[in-house]
Amino acid sequence: MPESHVYKSKKGINKKVVEKISSIKNEPDWMKEFRLKAYLEFKKKPMPDWGADLSAIDFDDIFYYIKPTENQKNSWDDLPKEIKETYDKIGVPEAEKKFLAGVSAQYESEVVYESIQKALTRQGVIFCDMDTGLRKYPEIVKKYFGTIISLYDNKFASLNSAVWSGGSFVYVPKGVKVTLPLQAYFRINAKNFGQFERTLIIAEEGSFVHYIEGCTAPIYTTSSLHAAVVEIVVQKGARVRYTTVQNWSKNVYNLVTKRARVYEKGVMEWVDCNLGSAVTMKYPSCYLVGEGARGEVLSIAYAGSDQHQDAGAKMIHIAPNTSSRIISKSISGQGGRTSYRGLVQVNPTAKNSSVYVTCDALILDEESRSDTYPTMRVKNQEVDIQHEATVEKLGEEKLFYLASRGIKKSDAEGLLVNGFIDPVTKEIPLEYSIELNRLINLEMIGSVG
Amino acid sequence: MVYLKNLTVSVSNKVILDNLNFEFKKNRVYALMGPNGSGKSTLAYTIAGHPSYKADKKSKIIFNKKNITNETADKRAKQGIFLSFQTPMSLSGVTVFQLLRLALSGKKDPLSVKQQIDQLAKRLHIKRELLSRSLNDGASGGEKKKLELLQAVLLDPKLLIFDEIDTGVDVDALKTIAKFLDGFKKGRTIIIITHYNRILKYIKPDKVLVMVGGRIVKEGSYRLAEQVEKQGYEKIKS
Repeated sequence: MPESHVYKSKKGINKKVVEKISSIKNEPDWMKEFRLKAYLEFKKKPMPDWGADLSAIDFDDIFYYIKPTENQKNSWDDLPKEIKETYDKIGVPEAEKKFLAGVSAQYESEVVYESIQKALTRQGVIFCDMDTGLRKYPEIVKKYFGTIISLYDNKFASLNSAVWSGGSFVYVPKGVKVTLPLQAYFRINAKNFGQFERTLIIAEEGSFVHYIEGCTAPIYTTSSLHAAVVEIVVQKGARVRYTTVQNWSKNVYNLVTKRARVYEKGVMEWVDCNLGSAVTMKYPSCYLVGEGARGEVLSIAYAGSDQHQDAGAKMIHIAPNTSSRIISKSISGQGGRTSYRGLVQVNPTAKNSSVYVTCDALILDEESRSDTYPTMRVKNQEVDIQHEATVEKLGEEKLFYLASRGIKKSDAEGLLVNGFIDPVTKEIPLEYSIELNRLINLEMIGSVG
Repeated sequence: MVYLKNLTVSVSNKVILDNLNFEFKKNRVYALMGPNGSGKSTLAYTIAGHPSYKADKKSKIIFNKKNITNETADKRAKQGIFLSFQTPMSLSGVTVFQLLRLALSGKKDPLSVKQQIDQLAKRLHIKRELLSRSLNDGASGGEKKKLELLQAVLLDPKLLIFDEIDTGVDVDALKTIAKFLDGFKKGRTIIIITHYNRILKYIKPDKVLVMVGGRIVKEGSYRLAEQVEKQGYEKIKS
C-alpha cells in the first residue's frame, strides 16, 4: 500500500506537535487547552505496570497525526482510488447496501468517507466523525467531552486526549430508537503510525442505538499503537449497545479506554471481541449512577502466538437496584496468553443490587496460558452476587468423540471453540458472528498448518 | 466386515487386549459380554481408533478388506465405523445438527440433514428441545443413547459398536432403541456391548461372545447370554 499524505507530523510527541494538531483542525481554544493539559498529564504519568508488557512501546517512534486527504468526502465516488480499494477488500460498500444505516469509515487518522441515511437525519440523529462533531455541534461536544473519561484517567487516555483525531460522534435525541446498527470501520495503514480515535455517544432519555465497530488492519513490520477513548452517556431509560470486532495486525498495541455512565433505568451493553493485536488492554466499564441502571459486558478474546489479550470489564454500582452481568470467554493457543481482569465494585449506596460474573477460559495446547484477576469490592450487605470461573482444555476425549463421527481434527477444534464462544456470538449480528467464527477458525488452522 | 488379527493392546505396560483373533461378519448382530475390566470398551475404542489405545506391531485391523490399523479415527469413521459411547460427551454450544452438518458436509446438504434429524427425533421419541440445546447437555441416560443412535442413522455406517447401550437407560427407551436397531441392521454389522441380557430380549443377537481378561473365551448363541445371567462369568470361563 503506497503512503500518500497531505500532512504528516514528525515522529514523536511534544507541546508543539499537540498545538499543531489543534491548529490544523482549527479547533476552539477550550479544546486546545484540553489537549495541552492532557499532554502534560501524559508526560507525568508512569507506564502502567500491572498488566501486559508494554516496554516495547517507543513514544518517540510514533507519528501522532496524519491527515490523508484535504477535505471530507461525502460520496463513495469521490474517494481516492487506493482508499476505495482498501475498503473494497473489507467489503464496506456491499455491507452498506445490505443493512447499514450509515458508514463512517476511518482511513488513517481522519474520517474521509461518511454517509448517513436520510432517515437518520430526519429523526434528528447525529452520526459523524468526531472532528466534524466538534465543528458542527460544539455545545453538545463541550458538555460531554472528557466528562466520562477524564484526561487524568490513565496514561493512554491522557495521550488520546492530547492527540486524538477521528472517531465517531453519535447523538440520539429523546425517545428515538435507531433500528439499524450504526457501523464504523477502522484501518491503520501507515508504518509506525498511532491511531488515537475518540468516540462520544450520547443517548438521550428513552432512546436506543446499536453502534458497531469492526477493525481490520493490514500487516506491516514495526510496532504500532492504537490508544482510543470511547465515552458513552446513557440517559434515563435509554439503551446503548456497543459491539466491537477487533482484528488489528499482530504488531499493534491496542490500549483502549471505554466507559459508559448509565442513568436511571438505562441499559449499557458492551459486546467486545478481541482477535488481533500484539497486546490488548481493554476493560469496558459501566458506571451505574442511576437507580435501576443495568450494565453488561460480553467479551471474547483469542490469543495466538506472540499475543497477549488482557481484557475484562469494570462495573461500578453506585445507585440502588442496579444490576450488572459480565460474561467473558477467552481462548489461548499456539503459546498465546489471555488474561481476564475485572473489577466489580458495589458502593454502600447501591443497596439491593445484583452482580453476575462468569469467566471461562479455554486453553488449546500446553504452550498457552490463561490467568484470571477478578476483583470484587462489595461495600454493602444487600447484594446478590454470583461469580463463576472455569478453565478447560480442549480435551482429547471431546476431540475423539467428534473424530468418531468422521470430523477431522482441525474442524473438530473449530466446532468446539465456536461452541465455547456461542453464548457471546449469538448476541452479535449474524454477519459479524459468522465472520468472527471464520476468523477464529482461520487463526487455529494457521496453528495446525 | 471387520477382521481382528493378533490384536494386542497395552496401556501403561498392562496388556488389555491379548492377541485377539476374530471376524465380525456382515448382516450379523453380536452381543459382547464380560465382567468389568475384561477389555470390552478397549476393544470398542481400538476399533474406532482412539489415540490412547495403540495396537502393537503384530496387530492388524482389517475393515472391508482394507488395513486400517494405522488410520486415524476420523478416517475410520468416514469409511463406515461408528462408535456409540458408553457416556457420550456433552458439547457446550454445539447442537446435534451442527455436529452432523459438519460430519456430512459434501455428502448431504444441511437442509436434508435438518429434516432427517427432525424425522428421526420423532420416531425415537427425542424431545424437540434437546435438538436445539448443546448436545447431551441436560439429557437423561436414555436420551443420550437415543441421540447416539440418531447420529448413527444419519452417518449410515457399515459397522456399529454400541458400548454399554443399556447403562442408565430405562425400559421404554431401551425398547425403542432395540426395536429401531432391529430394523436398521440389514447390510450392517452390529456389536452390542452389555453386562445384561436385558436388551437382548428385544434385539436377538446372532452370536454372543464372552470376553474375560482381554480374550474372547466363549462364543455361542443367545442361550449363552442366558447362561451368563444365571451362572455368572466364573462358571463360563472354566
